[in-house]
Amino acid sequence: MSNPLLIEYLPIIIFLAIAVGIASAMLIASLLVAKQNPDSEKLSAYECGFEPFADARSKFDVRFYLVAILFIIFDLEVAFLFPWAVALGDIGMFGFWSMMIFLGILTIGFIYEWKKGALEWE
Amino acid sequence: MLLTGIAFYIFAAVLVAAAVMVISAKNPVHSVLYLIVCFFNAAGLFVLMGAEFVAMILVIVYVGAVAVLFLFVVMMLDINFQELRQGFLQYLPIGGLIGLVLAIELLLIVGTWVIAPETSAVAAAPSPAIDAVTNTEALGRIMYTQYVYAFQASGLILLVAMIGAIVLTLRSREGVRKQSITQQVQRKREEVLAVRKVPTRGGV
Repeated sequence: MSNPLLIEYLPIIIFLAIAVGIASAMLIASLLVAKQNPDSEKLSAYECGFEPFADARSKFDVRFYLVAILFIIFDLEVAFLFPWAVALGDIGMFGFWSMMIFLGILTIGFIYEWKKGALEWE
Repeated sequence: MLLTGIAFYIFAAVLVAAAVMVISAKNPVHSVLYLIVCFFNAAGLFVLMGAEFVAMILVIVYVGAVAVLFLFVVMMLDINFQELRQGFLQYLPIGGLIGLVLAIELLLIVGTWVIAPETSAVAAAPSPAIDAVTNTEALGRIMYTQYVYAFQASGLILLVAMIGAIVLTLRSREGVRKQSITQQVQRKREEVLAVRKVPTRGGV
């Protein structure tokens, strides 16, 4: 472990190992210790009081997709802001204004989206 | 160094296994979940390489957003699994042929790959040095000044994606009752209210 960066990540990997260990111990213990006596009624999907009549995988409305894709776009915009904020002292006015132009371009898209009513849920 | 090696092999093995499950799982929703496992393990590999910023962006953008998008796409498709399996044998020859051609092309590309001798030296000693500045800062120092055109182009691509998504998927529904505050405020008393004399024993 020569790399100081990786030593900082050591607690995370220990935490992950403990989490995986506890989770698999619980699953395996319940599989081994509990009495397993399945039949078709126990394993069938339970739908309050009546026979289940449809698959749960029904079609989604396309509006969810629109919300998800708009979320991705602004997520990426924020991802671009992190290195900019960290290095702002070094990159000077040019770096500052380059980010302002980037944000301006995306603000045009945001205004378009707002005026089109893409953010409203009817 | 031993722990790094163990971590690498665990991440790589889980990554490859999950990638195989992505293409072999019968249920597309399970495929997307295996894809999320893939992304997490790739993030782990990036951390082992020292690229922690890329690793975190992978978790934020790919696991947080792209995987959700894939899930929505899978949910929207409304695939009938029985029908999907039926044409498998029918399309096997042409599918296998395309796969074979792609594999040969990949082999040709990788086989003729020449790596410039100075690249390994550059990769071994990145500038600025990895102990001096963090990953994020090193990226930030060059991305907004030296690579400003690529950066602005990415902004334009995001704008096109945003407008394209709205144009393709937004449709206004008919007959939806909405509150319009301007209309409510602009209502005049004369337009909506009428006082009538009702005669005795007669209706309006």
